[in-house]
Amino acid sequence: MAQEYRVLLEHADKINPESAADYVKVGGYKGLEKARSMNPKDLTEEVKKSGLRGRGGAGFNAGMKWSFVPQYPETKYVVCNFDEGEPGTYKDRIICQKNAQALLEGMAICGHAIGSNNGYIYCRGEYPFVVEMLKKAIGNAKESGALGEFNIEVRMGAGAYVCGEETALIESIEGHRGEPRFKPPFPGVEGLWRMPTVVNNVETFACLPYILTNGADWFAGIGAKSYPGTKVLTLTGDIENPTYFEVPTDYLLRDVIYELGGGVKGGKKLKAVQVGGTSGAFIPPQNIDTPIDFDSMSAIGAALGSGAVFVMDESRDIVDTINRIAKFFEHESCGQCTPCREGTHRCKEIMEKINTGRGTLKDIENLKVLARVMQKASLCGLGQAAPIPITSTLEHFEYEYLRKLM
Amino acid sequence: MDIKLTINGKEIEVPQGTMLLDACRKAGADIPTFCYDPDLKLAGSCRMCVVQPQGWRNLVASCVTPAQNGMVIDTESPDVVEARKVVLELMLTRHKLTCHTCEKDGDCNLQDYCYRYGVTESRFEGKIHNLFKDDSNPFIERDYDKCVMCTRCVRACEEITGARAINVMDRGYHAHIATAFDGELEDSPCVFCGQCIMVCPVGALTSKIAAGKGKPAQNEKVLTTCTYCGTGCTLELNVKNDEIVGVTSNRDAEWSPVNKGALCVKGRFGWDFVNSPERLTTPLIKENGEFRPASWDEALDLAAEKINGIKEKYGPDSLSMFSSARVTNEENYLAQKLMRAAIGSNNVDHCARL
Ligand SMILES: Cc1cc2nc3c(=O)[nH]c(=O)nc-3n(C[C@H](O)[C@H](O)[C@H](O)COP(=O)(O)O)c2cc1C
Ligand code: SF4
Ligand code: SF4
Ligand code: SF4
Ligand code: SF4
Ligand code: FES
Repeated sequence: MAQEYRVLLEHADKINPESAADYVKVGGYKGLEKARSMNPKDLTEEVKKSGLRGRGGAGFNAGMKWSFVPQYPETKYVVCNFDEGEPGTYKDRIICQKNAQALLEGMAICGHAIGSNNGYIYCRGEYPFVVEMLKKAIGNAKESGALGEFNIEVRMGAGAYVCGEETALIESIEGHRGEPRFKPPFPGVEGLWRMPTVVNNVETFACLPYILTNGADWFAGIGAKSYPGTKVLTLTGDIENPTYFEVPTDYLLRDVIYELGGGVKGGKKLKAVQVGGTSGAFIPPQNIDTPIDFDSMSAIGAALGSGAVFVMDESRDIVDTINRIAKFFEHESCGQCTPCREGTHRCKEIMEKINTGRGTLKDIENLKVLARVMQKASLCGLGQAAPIPITSTLEHFEYEYLRKLM
Repeated sequence: MDIKLTINGKEIEVPQGTMLLDACRKAGADIPTFCYDPDLKLAGSCRMCVVQPQGWRNLVASCVTPAQNGMVIDTESPDVVEARKVVLELMLTRHKLTCHTCEKDGDCNLQDYCYRYGVTESRFEGKIHNLFKDDSNPFIERDYDKCVMCTRCVRACEEITGARAINVMDRGYHAHIATAFDGELEDSPCVFCGQCIMVCPVGALTSKIAAGKGKPAQNEKVLTTCTYCGTGCTLELNVKNDEIVGVTSNRDAEWSPVNKGALCVKGRFGWDFVNSPERLTTPLIKENGEFRPASWDEALDLAAEKINGIKEKYGPDSLSMFSSARVTNEENYLAQKLMRAAIGSNNVDHCARL
């Protein structure tokens, strides 16, 4: 029987996340100690070998990302992406509230690997209480000497979803409009204030202490081979247990819903599940016997993304849901590039038209063309991913659209 | 170090760091652009210049993507053409399409690219934004219902002029160009240089002074040097029926080496005096308290006679020369030479010192 496997959240609610001493009692800061005894190259190799891939959505190998950072510039930055803007996602908040010290330790480990003592945490604007807690946790860790020379500053977002995109996040820290930069150059080479910068997600950083303490091979042996480790998931929607879980990455989506989640609320039938946040694909019931790891999700045309799992029961109206999602993206587009600035708006218009019974087959045709161009030609991941809910529901739930046409 | 790549079946070599846009153009491909401007920082945002690298999932914006060794590029693949058409249609959907009365008619990127890709109308429904800015300034018409949001004006204002009068306001579909607090140019740091007009690829920013006097694309262009100051900017007179009807920029460094098209408010907008009936066309000599027209010979003789008279009576130091920043360096040199060598005084000064 499928069960949770807690690594990051093993001591949840048993230790005070603000206290470095509490954390040390359960084995904390051993990973950093070990990291600092290694030379930076070997440390990066070790992280690469563990197979740890980014938990923020793109799934890039963390050690590999660090290895692109050039050695010579003196000023470099370690930035933690705690923007957590995907609706339905709150796993980074949980990780901070339960185990903040692991995040700080992970950032310091990265700092040693790339040769930086400058850390920033960019926190979602809706989490002021977590910012307070993090500041205390940093203060406590600094006082205890656990972080050594490594400094961490907390910055707050102002509610823009796009500021979770790493280069928009960097622009925002610099005090500019939250607009993504074109890449290359990637942040690893030219990031914060045009200096080499590693941007990783909260969960990615929080894995590092455990990798260093228990060894890369241990981590590589957990869960799915190509995306090892555990993943913290947050369940929302029509589900009996709308809460968070930490599972190994080869855990089946079916078990997330029916074992840990306790099944669809009220014993209703499942209509669809959206994994990875608002930009995720809608997965039909016939596809839920899939492990949640990055590659397995990609194979069914979905994405693990942030690890949000949004469950919809049989009574849900797909077209209405997509209409709401289209509104979300129209609101969150930064407005920089043509396909997304104009495209998200037209998507919303067409969805509204279909949803209110005024749509025609021509509108569906236009939606498909628009989706294709947005995916292929938008500047950043927002515009590229915004049409995915539309295309995935047109693929699996076309009849819901057709029945609403004029 | 050079890298090799194939563009539309043609193999070419370019130096490392070359952007695909330049590589494609070198290979003879005509790449449409809106936001790209060789004199400004890159934006990579209009997505008109997309091309297809073989084997890549997405298209790339050629203006911001460095060429890589071994790349195989198609600049007019079906996906590329579809993307460009949709980008154009998305622009048209909210565009105040009034080419017949537009100052930019005939020299407009949107018009040209729609022609090239056969985009007569947009498949998407939509209305114009009503972003026309009723701005009382006498020089610049700001019709953002024709804006394609390329941000070239913003970058030109910051990077060429340094005024930072305008920027993007609001987000997403509501993003538009504005001064701080969405006010009028007069209340912003704007110096009315018109560099924003110069770089605008469409008819969103145009000259109020030249409006209605002839579409720039149809006017005869005569290159000349601005006479307002000694900088010597090249400007492009727009001539119609032997009359000056406007000034535009020639941005070619070979023809406009001093300013590469950039001008100031005087050069760009201060030319309408040329045809003024109040303009002096001959020297005037004052007799009995009244001015009367005279020939240049008569006027110069009179001046020489008076100068010599004063010099004889009071000595050369009783005379001084006050010269102007509106003449060239060479002319200023001659002026002081006249003063020192012919008249014999060191009393030479210049308006730029005031
Ligand atoms: C529109 C958009 C929003 C994003 N939001 C987040 C976010 O809230 N949190 C996050 O960690 N990554 C987010 N990302 C991904 C980041 O750009 C980046 O890939 C990530 O922070 C890298 O960290 P990782 O390698 O540890 O996953 C977002 C990406 C896009 C395109
Ligand atoms: S895709 Fe959307 S969010 Fe991303 S740069 Fe373009 S307009 Fe901005
Ligand atoms: S800006 Fe171009 S497309 Fe628009 S009305 Fe003027 S000439 Fe026509
Ligand atoms: S006229 Fe010059 S200063 Fe004014 S907005 Fe345009 S570029 Fe900026
Ligand atoms: S006004 Fe012209 S230059 Fe400025 S953003 Fe609009 S189209 Fe571009
Ligand atoms: S010209 Fe390349 S994106 Fe605009």
